[in-house]
Amino acid sequence: MTGVLRVVQPGLVTTVQDLGRTGYQRLGIPVSGALDPIALRAANIVVGNPETTAGLEMAVLGPTLEVEASSVRLALAGQGTELVVERSKGDALRVPALQSVRLSRGDRVRVSVSGGSAAAYLAVEAGFDLRHFLDSLSTYVRGGFGGLDGRALQAGDALPLVRDGADARQEVRLPGLDLGPATQVRVVLGPQDDYFTAGAIATFLAGTYTVTRDADRMGLRLEGPGLAHAKGYNIVSDGIAPGSIQVPGTCQPIVLLADRQTTGGYPKIATVISADLAAVGRLVPGLGVRFEAVSVEAAQAARRALEADMKALAGRLSPVAPEGPDLDRLYDSNLVGGVVSALAHPTEWVWLDDP
Amino acid sequence: MSHPPLTARFLSAGDTALVVELGDTIDRAISDRVLALGSAVEAAALQGVVELVPTFRSLMIHYDPLRLDRETLERSIRPLLDRLGAVAGHGRLWRLPCCYGGEHGPDLDEVADRTDHTPAEVIAIHSASTYHIYALGFLPGYPYMGDVPEALSLPRRESPRMRVPMGSVCIALRMAGIYSLDSPGGWHLLGRTPVRLFDVRRKAAVLLSPGDQVQFEPVTAETYAQLEMQAADGRLAIAPAELAR
Repeated sequence: MTGVLRVVQPGLVTTVQDLGRTGYQRLGIPVSGALDPIALRAANIVVGNPETTAGLEMAVLGPTLEVEASSVRLALAGQGTELVVERSKGDALRVPALQSVRLSRGDRVRVSVSGGSAAAYLAVEAGFDLRHFLDSLSTYVRGGFGGLDGRALQAGDALPLVRDGADARQEVRLPGLDLGPATQVRVVLGPQDDYFTAGAIATFLAGTYTVTRDADRMGLRLEGPGLAHAKGYNIVSDGIAPGSIQVPGTCQPIVLLADRQTTGGYPKIATVISADLAAVGRLVPGLGVRFEAVSVEAAQAARRALEADMKALAGRLSPVAPEGPDLDRLYDSNLVGGVVSALAHPTEWVWLDDP
Repeated sequence: MSHPPLTARFLSAGDTALVVELGDTIDRAISDRVLALGSAVEAAALQGVVELVPTFRSLMIHYDPLRLDRETLERSIRPLLDRLGAVAGHGRLWRLPCCYGGEHGPDLDEVADRTDHTPAEVIAIHSASTYHIYALGFLPGYPYMGDVPEALSLPRRESPRMRVPMGSVCIALRMAGIYSLDSPGGWHLLGRTPVRLFDVRRKAAVLLSPGDQVQFEPVTAETYAQLEMQAADGRLAIAPAELAR
């Protein structure tokens, strides 16, 4: 029999995501994938998966899941998150982020998300047994494909597990990984920086830009000092890169993220460097960022440094004592409060572009 | 026949994409060179190139910065520009039913008004043209088409709509499009086709390809409603004619 994770409460927007669906942008199919790939990769490392394995991405309010399998190993990643486990035996425990835990049939786990980051990730050992669409399990809700039936999770859904049981072994944790949202963001200017006045470029690099409530997996509308176009705001549509910062007629920048359109017709003043993109994906409404221009060479060096850090993560895993201080067995249901939504309407669409 | 040498601009889109810009206008000659460059880059099988996105006037090369740096990529592309071949392959001609005006084409009257035509004239002009598909992009299966007759050319709407229904047939400047999914959008909506340009139930989810041509055949609201029901059930099949290129 195939084991599943049963969705008791779906959370606000919970989707299956991996590291994206590359190779189909020429058909207009967005890459999608985790908003915060570093957190997803870290969660996978903790449960012993390849880093590319699909997990659950959770926004603001996490889901509650019940184990309908002989056992399963889980790990959570995301700032200000923890797992709240109710054992079928009646006891309860809390498991911090970036620490593995093995659960048994009938155990319930609630993902508590503080709202400190726009996205948290739950990885399961060996992953979910779902059908790939165009080589990826990433969910693109707008197109209705990927993940579980191309949509966010709903109560009652069954997430089939690749493996029905998880071997008993030493649980591990990954200390000291910062998964906080960006404050200073490095960008490479262009490709259409020549569509802006010199003053606008200087303004862009000097000002603080605040994330508005129009924020979703497609992108973040920012608000700050206006950016004047030098030759209008219509270009003949061309390609869009991850982290492209386009400026429509409002003169306010929009950072394009995982579900970004593949092409578009607004000039792009700059592009977030790949090493900083995950931290931009963590931004929630109300937070402010500043931009710093760097060269492509510096951006590529930063990416190499990031990947060296990621490679070193597996070596930093440390064992967790079964009865150790990390497992808070003194569960107090009164402490398990609700979570305040930081997003105004994350399930609604936000206008970000036209073709 | 090969094209004369081009002036190309290499523009960085961050550290994971390079734009090779061959022009800044909508022009079949430029578009053909973009597609030819795409074929040449693909044939060169450069290590670290992840995927290619051709548009009207540029080729975006997505690459893995851990395997390929920008300077090496640009150095590898430059010589390809001097010996671009002709665009291979041949397209298909699609005749798509379109119900103009009313709830399906809420901008028909305004477009007529702003271009000094009657709505019937706009329909006649729009449906008499054959549109070339330059590229797909924006949404899954969304065709960037041209060229819209100058007589109907208008800039994008000042205030884009939050939600445009799937199948909406639209124009902006000299470009024509069809929204392949419900989407935000700022182009002018003239009508709607029941044909699904993107349908995950089909083996080939994306219907149209760059190089194909599209004509619109006006249908009544009643016919549209019938065809729409078939399309919703996945029973509306449109067979294209093969075109010699």
